[in-house]
Amino acid sequence: MAEQRNTMLSLRGLTRRFGGLTAVNAIDLDLAKGELVSIIGPNGAGKTTLFNLVTGLDRPDAGEVRFEGEGITGLSPERLAAEGIARTFQLGRVFGNLSVMDNVLIGAHTRLRAVKPAVPLIGPLLELGLALLRPAGVRAEEERLREEVKVILARFGDRLLPRIDQPAYSLSYANRRRVEIARALALKPRLLLLDEPTAGMNPTETTEMQGLVAELKAEGLTILLIEHKLEMVMRLSDRVIVMDEGKKIAEGRGEVVRGDPKVIEAYLGHGLSGTAEQESAA
Amino acid sequence: MSSWLDYTINGLIVGNVYALVAVGLALIFGVSRLINFAQGSIYLVGAYIGWVAVVQLHTPLPLTIILVAVTSAIVGLVIERFGLRPLQNSVRIAPLLATIGISFVLDQLVMLTFSPNPRALPSQLPDVRFQIGGGTIGPLDLLIAGVGLTSALLLFVFLRYSKLGWAVRATAQDRDAAMQMGVDVNRVNQAVFGIAAALGGVSGLLVGMYYNQIDTAMSLQATLKGVVAEVVGGAGNVPGAVIGSLLLGLVESYGVAVFGTSYRNLFAFLLLVLVLVLRPNGLFASARQAPPEPLTGTFIAPSRPVRIPRWALLAAAAAFAILPLLPVSFYVLQTLINAWLLGMLALSLTLVAGTIGQVSLGHAALLAIGAYTSALLSLTFAVPVGLAVIGAGLMSAALGTLLISPSFRLRGHYVSIATLAIGEIVSLVILNWESVTRGPIGISGIPPLSLFGHELISPTSIYWFSFGVMVVLALLQGRLLGSHLGRSFRAIRDDDIAARAYGLSLNRYKALAFIFGGFAAGVSGGIAAHLYSYINHETFNTQQSILALTVVILGGLGNVVGAIVGSVALVGLPEVFRIAAEYRILIYGIVLLLLVRFRPQGLLGTM
Repeated sequence: MAEQRNTMLSLRGLTRRFGGLTAVNAIDLDLAKGELVSIIGPNGAGKTTLFNLVTGLDRPDAGEVRFEGEGITGLSPERLAAEGIARTFQLGRVFGNLSVMDNVLIGAHTRLRAVKPAVPLIGPLLELGLALLRPAGVRAEEERLREEVKVILARFGDRLLPRIDQPAYSLSYANRRRVEIARALALKPRLLLLDEPTAGMNPTETTEMQGLVAELKAEGLTILLIEHKLEMVMRLSDRVIVMDEGKKIAEGRGEVVRGDPKVIEAYLGHGLSGTAEQESAA
Repeated sequence: MSSWLDYTINGLIVGNVYALVAVGLALIFGVSRLINFAQGSIYLVGAYIGWVAVVQLHTPLPLTIILVAVTSAIVGLVIERFGLRPLQNSVRIAPLLATIGISFVLDQLVMLTFSPNPRALPSQLPDVRFQIGGGTIGPLDLLIAGVGLTSALLLFVFLRYSKLGWAVRATAQDRDAAMQMGVDVNRVNQAVFGIAAALGGVSGLLVGMYYNQIDTAMSLQATLKGVVAEVVGGAGNVPGAVIGSLLLGLVESYGVAVFGTSYRNLFAFLLLVLVLVLRPNGLFASARQAPPEPLTGTFIAPSRPVRIPRWALLAAAAAFAILPLLPVSFYVLQTLINAWLLGMLALSLTLVAGTIGQVSLGHAALLAIGAYTSALLSLTFAVPVGLAVIGAGLMSAALGTLLISPSFRLRGHYVSIATLAIGEIVSLVILNWESVTRGPIGISGIPPLSLFGHELISPTSIYWFSFGVMVVLALLQGRLLGSHLGRSFRAIRDDDIAARAYGLSLNRYKALAFIFGGFAAGVSGGIAAHLYSYINHETFNTQQSILALTVVILGGLGNVVGAIVGSVALVGLPEVFRIAAEYRILIYGIVLLLLVRFRPQGLLGTM
């Protein structure tokens, strides 16, 4: 089946409980190659926990994650990074004392070859030796990646390039988010998970970010997006998934999901849903 | 069989005493997420106040207990108000370092006041033993059990039924929410520190009476035991701390019964490492939970390093290199040799604690491993000293990394606890493994330094040798920091979760950092062994670990030049000002406190 071959990510019955709370409750999801799917839902709906389950930072209590047909449930985050899954974090996790350049270079870590010889057992020791000796191959690789990083940073206009040697802690909130996305792009991901990339951004910056995500999608990147700004979600997404209290309550094209009474109820609360329905009916 | 009952009773009594310390630690951890390394110092203060009361003031027992509790509580309140409250919005490493500094200052003050010699602390109770079953129990045992139970009961009532107690529990559950609901968090902290200190002080008094002896070395041991009990029970879990303490008391008591007294602490620390590895959240911990997301790495103070121009570094190196050719006294050379040896240790620690963020409190163990390796290689196997020193570096790198590897999965303050415990384990193994290490006798007659068959005996040649080795190690480390590997280390320090999400294996890179750092420390220990010609299990102690940490923080975490500048400053300045040896540790403690408060990034900044 052609459709299945195109499936990049597929979740089946994914569940994660914290004590009495089921943060992620039996979520099914399929993401085709090149597709952009947004996950929306009120705060605490379990969106970020779902990201953590997909990227290996947390292990599910039940259910399965498949990436390009391979079962990857419970694999470590470092393995999944090597598989080509990159993510950004909701509250921002840049390396504060590292420069913008160094932050993004860490993003390229899984693609390094010359400095990390794939030799079993003594591989790490060779890595230490190569770091001290720095033969031509290692230097060339570093140079090549530095050029690549500049190309990636150029995608953010003059937001990051002039600050390339500044430590990340000194950047504005919005710029830290950009560094995170640049770092994710340096991994050359096959699947990109963006956790609220425009949080804390003003309308101009949000539009800029929306343009960048649209570009990435146009380049064929498969993207899973958590976002609260509905206008951006509607413009970018091929499909929208709505989560509430850990469950998927709606799925479909943006405009269809937006009118779903269950979605309105989740966002506005039970008391108000009646009025909202009446309004949308009117 | 009867002796087993005795050992059980003894274990429970000692456990009861540990509980008084551990409950305080758990309360403090609960409200401020801080492991209070000064808890043992309060215990020490309590013991000495008890001694003053009993021996000099001849107070009756109830008054002694009240006096100790009140004075200790006041010390606790002072620590909270002046040592820790100013650090509330500081980086997470700051309060941890502050409690270490406070503990140094308190211990030294006690030592300077009362001298380091042990004192007898009479128990004020009739010396009779009651038969129960096959064992015996004395009035002091009953007193300790009584004090333990009464404090537990009082604490329970306080936490359960008083308004301040509710505030304490609310703050422990969610500090921000408690603040928003109008809880005065400062008052909660005060209450908790006061209670913890009163319990700690009384515990010191009781232990002093139990063994009829007090000395200033009690402090670190008490902190360690309290921390072990607390971690076993689950950090911040008050009932857990009590159970952890009783368990620790029993494990020790049975361990002593089977293997002998010198194994007592070994069992405590092995229990700790075991719990940290298998159940890092304690035996009674709830489900695994992802740590909260920080905005940026907040464990280490963010700062920009001071860039020193290359010519200035070259000029300084040249000046120090030609120093022996100038008319300087042997005393100056000797002082600087000590600075270079400390510099190598600081290079090692600044990589481990600063660059990759594993704040090790047991770093002197790497010196000890190096020193014993080099000493034994040259003495037993007649290996040339130059090669033996390299062997020392390799052995510290390999063995040190292996020993520390259980702590790779830990974060933040737990790493410090684990390294402290592992450091103690190394020292205890050296003490007990007599067939190899000659046990408590130590190793004497270690041959002097030599290179290619030439003995280095003159201060000038030793100076050049140690300076040269340190410079080579520093250059290598500088090169390491400039590589992708150095970048990976720093990324792991700033945010280990994000680092993992980008493919960095924590085990691999922490191991590499310890291998590189272990080599430098091992070489330093090796050279030291040949300079001292005699070493034993106490030559390289926790004081040296903390001194190295102070150097590293003074210079700036991860900062190679800073480590050397810090070593010269901390070894050299006391000499320049002719400060008597017994005041030095006090000054190191004060320096550490001032740094944490006013310049956490150190002189030259975090790299």
